[in-house]
Amino acid sequence: MAETLIHTRDLVKLYPMGDGEVRALAGVSVDIARGEFVAVMGPSGSGKSTFMNLLGCLDRPSAGEYALAGKRVSDLGGDELAAVRNRSIGFVFQHFNLLARTTALENVELPLVYAGVATRERRDRALEILARVGLRERAYHQPAQLSGGQQQRVAIARALVTRPLLILADEPTGALDSRTSLELMGLFQELNRQGMTILLVTHEADVARFAGRVLRFLDGRVVGDEANAAADARRLLGAEALAA
Amino acid sequence: MSLGALLRLALRALAVNKLRSALTMLGIIIGVGAVIVMIAVGSGAQARVEEQIRALGSNLLLVMSGATTSGGVRLGFGSGFTLSEDDAAAINRDIPEALAAPALRGGAQVVWGNTNWSTQIFGVTPEYLDARQWLLASGRVFEPAETAGAGKVAILGQTVAKQLFGSADPLDQVIRIKRVPFTVIGVLEAKGQSMLGHDQDDLILMPLATARSRVLGTASAAKQRSVGTIWVKVAEGYDTRAAEEQVRSLLRQRHRLQPGADDDFSLRNLAEVMAAQEASSRVLTLLLAAVASVSLVVGGIGIMNIMLVSVTERTREIGLRMAVGARTRDILGQFLVEAVTLSLIGGIAGVTIGLGASYAIAGFAGWRILIAPEAVALAVAFAFAIGVFFGFYPARKAARLNPVEALRFE
Ligand SMILES: Nc1ncnc2c1ncn2[C@@H]1O[C@H](COP(=O)(O)OP(=O)(O)OP(=O)(O)O)[C@@H](O)[C@H]1O
Ligand SMILES: [Mg+2]
Repeated sequence: MAETLIHTRDLVKLYPMGDGEVRALAGVSVDIARGEFVAVMGPSGSGKSTFMNLLGCLDRPSAGEYALAGKRVSDLGGDELAAVRNRSIGFVFQHFNLLARTTALENVELPLVYAGVATRERRDRALEILARVGLRERAYHQPAQLSGGQQQRVAIARALVTRPLLILADEPTGALDSRTSLELMGLFQELNRQGMTILLVTHEADVARFAGRVLRFLDGRVVGDEANAAADARRLLGAEALAA
Repeated sequence: MSLGALLRLALRALAVNKLRSALTMLGIIIGVGAVIVMIAVGSGAQARVEEQIRALGSNLLLVMSGATTSGGVRLGFGSGFTLSEDDAAAINRDIPEALAAPALRGGAQVVWGNTNWSTQIFGVTPEYLDARQWLLASGRVFEPAETAGAGKVAILGQTVAKQLFGSADPLDQVIRIKRVPFTVIGVLEAKGQSMLGHDQDDLILMPLATARSRVLGTASAAKQRSVGTIWVKVAEGYDTRAAEEQVRSLLRQRHRLQPGADDDFSLRNLAEVMAAQEASSRVLTLLLAAVASVSLVVGGIGIMNIMLVSVTERTREIGLRMAVGARTRDILGQFLVEAVTLSLIGGIAGVTIGLGASYAIAGFAGWRILIAPEAVALAVAFAFAIGVFFGFYPARKAARLNPVEALRFE
């Protein structure tokens, strides 16, 4: 068994709501090893995004414990959390969240800007990653000049550019058509094959089948955690989809 | 992020909404421009006052005939002749530190050939030029014999010389004043306009006795040897106020005024009058600059307003930047630099426009302006401070956003 990357115990997130509070997460205990590809599923409002935001250090848990690569992040300060987000985590969002009127290259460079990487190296690394997601020729295009699938690839390149420990993707195919979704999942699978740990939220069973493990959420709890036997078959299908 | 990177980011963000950025800067442009113009014009006026004080000398007293106030009613200066040539002589005799120069003034028509000119005639003693620090451009002053014997000689101001003689040399020419022929023995140097705007070169000087008997005099005035004014120059290094008191008590004694009675003359210390004028012009400059800087504050509020709008519009961008590793201070710096860039560009544009307007005023209206580099630097620094002050709140608002909520913002 590979080394544990994510370790949570009884993770709770409460949101104050009117007089009472909403229990978005009601005690989640999960361990994820380095190199896993995990799909997170569950009905709307079951706490998937809340869980991802906590793992991504965008938010703090109300109670419970979270360690990333053996380091407790529950008690880090604001700047330290920013550094963790910058170095260790790559986010992919449903709506891409690229900066408008900014080239693909500059979008990919952005995390490196905050990491304090020098201009030249920044450019080289961003171009290299763009080539890896198949968009080397689109480096100087702006988001408005790219298709949805291409924009999401730029966003994936941005997530990868700091060589993070894991990729957190909250419904990355949610805004894409099914064919483009499959192409994108092929890319995720390829990245995972190269060793990247990936957590991915999805509503679609088709998409989830690319992952090696599926976590099911319901009312803020994990109600299912199973290995995905069909993942290998999908890998082939993904390769076909890419080839097509 | 480095300052250079933040600056590039700010310029880029401002370039997205060019018109909006320009309109936001307008408040600062107008404010800084107005401050620059006000200070340029105000300190120009002040410099002129100072220059005139220097030209006048800081040690000059002016005694005028007639009381300034009489039974609470203010009379015009020189109403009734209460001073005489003998008062001046007494000052010269009894107060060694004072040089008194009496003068009698009136208007007359001057004729040379077939040109004529209406001007001011001053009957004076040779001390007059010394007391008023007037210099001759050419020629000479009156000889003692001419002073004593009412010689028919005249010294012309530049305006009179120009009006009568054009470019010809007036020296030794004979002019007529009230049909009396006068020989021109000298021409004064140009003195320009006085503070009140009248031409100080439009005059003729002649011996006091000549003026009284031949040109200005009435029979009774001739008897009393009266004069309109006495200029008193106090020796360098001697206390002007002390001299003022000495002159006052000497004149009161000579005029036999009872203790408690009002002076029948008015005595003014010119340096003090001018200093008061200078002080009031300085206050006016400050006041105008203060009013102008109100529009700077208004401009600052405009910047704050637009920055708040911008923070709201770019909430998702802020969330994204936080997600990829921006720290609180990175976001704070980004928006603060943006606000300061707005105000600084506005400030520099305001300085440019303000300087242009100041020179235009100097050129078209003929006003004296003075542009102090410190005032320009201060205006730019003030614009910078406005940017920091009014940019801080929106920037802090941006930096304090919750990343999850910011990313979800529609
Ligand atoms: N900021 C908030 N304030 C109050 N309640 C919140 C907040 N964010 C989330 N919630 C609540 O927490 C619960 C879990 O929300 P979450 O966004 O994690 O659901 P989800 O599983 O991602 O749903 P979906 O599939 O629709 O994205 C929901 O009931 C939601 O209303
Ligand atoms: Mg969600």
